[in-house]
Amino acid sequence: MVTLLEFLVAALLVIGGVFGIVGSFGLIKLNDPMSRLHAPTKATTLGVGGVLLASMLHAAAFEKYFSFHELMITLFLFLTAPITANFIAKVHIHRQETRDTMPEAGGDDHWATHDTPEDEQRRQAAPTPPADE
Amino acid sequence: MKLVWRLFPHPLLTLLLTITWLLLVNRWSLNSLVFGFLLGVLIPFVTQPFWPNRPNLRRPLKVAEYILVVLTDIVQANIIVARIVLFKPNTDRRPNWITVPLELKTPEAITALAGTITMTPGTLSADVSDEGHALLVHCLDAPNPDAVRDEIKQRYERRLMEIFE
Repeated sequence: MVTLLEFLVAALLVIGGVFGIVGSFGLIKLNDPMSRLHAPTKATTLGVGGVLLASMLHAAAFEKYFSFHELMITLFLFLTAPITANFIAKVHIHRQETRDTMPEAGGDDHWATHDTPEDEQRRQAAPTPPADE
Repeated sequence: MKLVWRLFPHPLLTLLLTITWLLLVNRWSLNSLVFGFLLGVLIPFVTQPFWPNRPNLRRPLKVAEYILVVLTDIVQANIIVARIVLFKPNTDRRPNWITVPLELKTPEAITALAGTITMTPGTLSADVSDEGHALLVHCLDAPNPDAVRDEIKQRYERRLMEIFE
């Protein structure tokens, strides 16, 4: 039983480590800035997830207490990682792309990053009819 | 009754903060429960001007289902993306922008959808359109952009619609 648990903890650690290294390797290998952004989101999900699961399992199995800090770390990572990624993406859109190089913004005119104060004024002056529900 | 709402403007937030505090303390005791509850009352009360509206959770039980679906997707997608990173030459990869038209209206739901898209590897939400009717998603490898868009709408947006709207 003990060896089985040890085996499980070790396996989770290895899985976490492998995905961590794949994420870091992706940062080097991928060749355009937006694709590079994908690599860190990978490392935070399964990479960190594997290590945290291993930590919880180890605490429960060998140190005889239930540890919930890992859940909190996961929660905070899931809250912060998308926001960081979004900020970096927005910087990229702001500095490297123009309205013409971006894809169509659905039924709207442009993407929010390319919004200017003039657009704001125009919207307030003539409120567009709401999109059909 | 009015006084109770005044004192507890966000009951769900109070509950969440109390539980968060207990988990941070990591050891069960009455002391930390009381202190956590105190924080849970104080923080929403002080920050009340920031959240004038209460998010409307229509079906709280669906949240559990949603989390499970997202977690399994994360594991699957991680493996797919690891394969792409390790074995697919950059010249074969088709990175692509995808426009996802939004049916969701509430900011909370759109935020949840954007976060989910980023956390499931292979897709990354980058921007919303100026009036909030579409979401811009970057795809690591999308030979067929329409399929990715339909999957996002089918799997995540439909479920979030049920939860929030």
